[in-house]
Amino acid sequence: MHQIGWLSVVIWLPVAGGLTTLAFGDERARQARWAALVTSLLALAACVRLYAEFANGTAQFQFVERVSWIPALHSQYYLGVDGISLPLILLTAFMTVPVVIAGWSVVDKRPAQYYAAFLIMEGLMIGVFSAMDSLLFYFFWEAMLIPMFLIIGVWGGPRRVYATLKFFLYTFLGSVLMLVALIYLYLKAGDYSIAAMQQLPLTLAQQRWIFLAFLLAFAVKVPMWPVHTWLPDAHVEAPTGGSVILAAIMLKMGGYGLLRFSLPMTPDASHQLDWLIVSLSLIAIVYIAFVALVQQDMKKLIAYSSIAHMGFVTLGAFLVFYIVAATGSAKGAINGLDGAVVQMISHGLISGALFLCVGVMYDRLHTRDINAYGGVVNVMPKFGALMVLFALANSGLPGTSGFVGEFLVILASFKASFWFALLAASILVVGAGYNLWLVKRVIFGPVANAQVAKMQDLNAREFLVLGVLAAAVLLLGVWPAPLLNMMEASVQHLLQQILTSKIPGAA
Amino acid sequence: MNQTLLLAIPMLPLIAALIAGLAGKAIGRAGAAAVTIGAVGASCVLSCVVLKQMLVDQVPNYDGTVYTWLVSDGVRMQVGFLTDRLSALMMVVVTFVSLCVHVYTIGYMEDDPGYQRFFAYISLFTFSMLMLVMANNFMQLFFGWEAVGVVSYLLIGFWYTRPTAIFAGLKAFLVNRVGDFGFVLGIAGVLYYTGSMDYQPAFAAAPEIATKSMILWHGHAWSALTVICICLFIGAMGKSAQIPLHVWLPDSMEGPTPISALIHAATMVTAGIFMVARMSPLFEYSPTALSFVLVIGATTALFMGFLGIVNNDIKRVIAYSTLSQLGYMTVALGVSGYSVAIFHLMTHAFFKALLFLAAGAVIIAMHHEQDMRKMGGLRHRMPVTYWTALIGALALIGTPFFSGFYSKDALIDAVHASHRYGAGYAYWCVLLGVFVTALYTFRMIFMTFHGPERFDHHTSEHFHDVGWDMKAPLVALAIPSLIIGYLTVEPILFGGYFGSAIKVLQEHDVVGELKAEWLGPMAFALHSVLSAPAWLAALGVFTAWWCVLKRPQVGEALRERFSGLYRVLINKYYFDWFNENVLVPLALALGILLWRGGDQTLIDGAMVNGSAHAVDRLAGATRLLQSGFLYSYAFWMIIGLAVSLGWFLMHI
Repeated sequence: MHQIGWLSVVIWLPVAGGLTTLAFGDERARQARWAALVTSLLALAACVRLYAEFANGTAQFQFVERVSWIPALHSQYYLGVDGISLPLILLTAFMTVPVVIAGWSVVDKRPAQYYAAFLIMEGLMIGVFSAMDSLLFYFFWEAMLIPMFLIIGVWGGPRRVYATLKFFLYTFLGSVLMLVALIYLYLKAGDYSIAAMQQLPLTLAQQRWIFLAFLLAFAVKVPMWPVHTWLPDAHVEAPTGGSVILAAIMLKMGGYGLLRFSLPMTPDASHQLDWLIVSLSLIAIVYIAFVALVQQDMKKLIAYSSIAHMGFVTLGAFLVFYIVAATGSAKGAINGLDGAVVQMISHGLISGALFLCVGVMYDRLHTRDINAYGGVVNVMPKFGALMVLFALANSGLPGTSGFVGEFLVILASFKASFWFALLAASILVVGAGYNLWLVKRVIFGPVANAQVAKMQDLNAREFLVLGVLAAAVLLLGVWPAPLLNMMEASVQHLLQQILTSKIPGAA
Repeated sequence: MNQTLLLAIPMLPLIAALIAGLAGKAIGRAGAAAVTIGAVGASCVLSCVVLKQMLVDQVPNYDGTVYTWLVSDGVRMQVGFLTDRLSALMMVVVTFVSLCVHVYTIGYMEDDPGYQRFFAYISLFTFSMLMLVMANNFMQLFFGWEAVGVVSYLLIGFWYTRPTAIFAGLKAFLVNRVGDFGFVLGIAGVLYYTGSMDYQPAFAAAPEIATKSMILWHGHAWSALTVICICLFIGAMGKSAQIPLHVWLPDSMEGPTPISALIHAATMVTAGIFMVARMSPLFEYSPTALSFVLVIGATTALFMGFLGIVNNDIKRVIAYSTLSQLGYMTVALGVSGYSVAIFHLMTHAFFKALLFLAAGAVIIAMHHEQDMRKMGGLRHRMPVTYWTALIGALALIGTPFFSGFYSKDALIDAVHASHRYGAGYAYWCVLLGVFVTALYTFRMIFMTFHGPERFDHHTSEHFHDVGWDMKAPLVALAIPSLIIGYLTVEPILFGGYFGSAIKVLQEHDVVGELKAEWLGPMAFALHSVLSAPAWLAALGVFTAWWCVLKRPQVGEALRERFSGLYRVLINKYYFDWFNENVLVPLALALGILLWRGGDQTLIDGAMVNGSAHAVDRLAGATRLLQSGFLYSYAFWMIIGLAVSLGWFLMHI
């Protein structure tokens, strides 16, 4: 085994860069900013290198690193990536760069600490997606909460204390039960490695408890209905960068957990309880979309829209058993799993971009209230064009990334049940409703008031950030094949794991 | 066929749109116009080359992939082209009308600050529409389908400071999305039953799917193919504005007139008709779905026509006419007369685009006046517009030898020959519709171009006829409106023009029945003079003349006599009222209920904060946990962790 490799680089380089930024201190904000930018770009370059060297066509974990970590607990510093985690790592590194640039001249309160928090969080989140040892996974999982907690608590809005408390309690409550489940699995398997846990035979009763413990942790993160109410509050109070990372990356950890832990470790319980996940997902898609429709706060609207779109992730992931039951074969299940992963990546780009758009407006008018705006495109034509593009992408327009995942999940859900597809496809109407109604009220129309009339169009920095995201959204929409090719073997392997019973003695 | 040639046809307008849209300032107004017109012109020429290759050189159909969009679970979704005689015809129609509209725009949008943006949008539209008609698979079809919808949304709301325009744009997009909702379910059904997103395997599997059934509700089995076809047709109902999804089209007239001609008359709204014709191998095996199509189309054809009679806005009259004519095409689809539907689509594209552009010329000449009550007598002031509009009107009402005559009379004959369930109702609708069409069309012609001038002195002073940049497209469209029917009716309907592109089962072949009595276009026109449609059309023109020119007070008297009926018509059968006062408020009320009641009261109030309060009270009782500090909550969680771990270890 390698001693140290590229995965360690992409985890610890941002952390080290964050500490360097911190060392510059808030007095030397300029140096701190440049250090943060250079670090995030280097981390992205390292991730691109990972992508370039990644071999498609195998489900084997790659860039594996394995050294002993806590010998007493048989826990290892064990890293590796496959076709499911690599896209999420790329997304993490990619989204951190715009966050750093977006905060450039906007964040004046403790800038060095602000950047340090984001960079350290980047490293820890990449750690979550590359850990192959569950204790190491848990370490990263909990550790990354600290910078996010600080970001909301220090740089957040007026009700930040309530929001952080709610955020922390929700996520911590979920995680604690996950830890219990992991310790139980360790005691059974004698090893903290995820692979060992995935192979461990378990009775249905055991699986059910473990599944439920995992579910709480992951459902809170996704977030699934009804444990979602922390998200709108957290978003509203978080600074722009915090909202971007929260929506773009942190929510994906829940989806990733379902794919990496719940489904392969407890396939029989997943089968038995799939009705629960599918119901909650459909509720999220339909219920939350209507809630998004009536929001007056732009960030809340996008936050609710995130919950509805993440419903496609959980729905796509758990369709497999319904498809087998309805058609007698698993043909089509991969559409759902592929759709779930693509949706995570796409939602990361689009929701991040939309939160940045709200940030751009907030920086000028210091309000997120939709009624305070109107006719923004008259004074900010470049911004207006980009915001309309992202709103259309968020309503799943073909040719943008927002379409790919939802389309695949709808195709798969038709195989499971016509009614699942019908409910899922309702997002076409309601989603377009809240997105374009937002655009109508904020972007179009005559200039609403004197404040709006004074708004300046995007500066070069903001244009760069949103332009790059727009390019990514379009590229992934026009040509998603490279992403799907990267995932293919790993998703197929996952499907095999899901379909293989782990109950001792079962065929 | 050469793939590069085919690729160039949609790509040229796309590139032009990007140049005009992104570098509009750099290339200036003239530059944007030149680039987009050059590109669309080239596309038009290339489309004609493709059609010529198919007709003259007998080049076989092209069905090939440009690139693979993605592969998932062995399903290969690709971007690719199917060029057969159906798509080749559509390509020529789309690019030709688009070219006319591009040229016309130079004059129409002359004073508009959004000049470059407008050219970018219409070029982007041309690209999207070409991707739609050239698709060889459902994924790309859906891409084109939604892309034309988005450009339509942007163009209806082109004047984005007008609240009515942005409202109309949003409405159009949302109503279309209701259709797309059905459409995407239909596509999912196709994939489910055929395992492929490409047309050819799906079409080949149709007879087999027809034997399968789906249980949608306990014990109620539906034919799978019927469900798929109805879902697909719901998509067509949105795009081609069939009742009850028609409500967006009249409002779309808020957009600039050139796009009313291009998008909301000639091309995009016919996408639904094209799609059903393209899917004829599927629809043919589901007579139930076709009956559904037939009844919806017939209802639209007649009842939307009535609305044209009471409107005074020149563009809206033409818009209701478009709705009604789309209903005619849908009826043709419903009786398995796909070739008639496409034939009418083609002739309608020419004469309706012509009518819209003529109306646009009038509107510009009158300084953006659209109310016909303030017009009159314009035939002397703008003779070219008058004569071309008259050609368009005569074509629309089905005057013998004009293009619309051949398509409409053949259509009515086909409905008459059909034995499909609903055909009797449809026949009366389309027959009565002929009278209605003639009435509203000539009411418009008479109110606009004949009689006394009803506009004020100021308008009269500043009246200026439009330039040749706007007249030339009128003439260019008047020629096919006049002759294209006579020239092409025989090959398209009876000469097997479509070949394998359209599939009709032997027992449904109503067009084949007409062929037996076919004696050529001249005889067809001469014989028609004695038929019911010709008399109904003449009666309609006469009625219009009587009510508008001869006895102008008749209209007022009728309005008072039938005030109830008039109110229903002027309120458009209350569809908009229902949507705006029932559906939308219901959706918003549901949102509020779920948010305030569900999220805030039940989940946050009772569960989250409620449990917090419960903890608080418990702590108060035990005086242990009153701190409210984070660490104490965390502490209790760790205790809980230990307890549950212990419980796990003991029990499992």
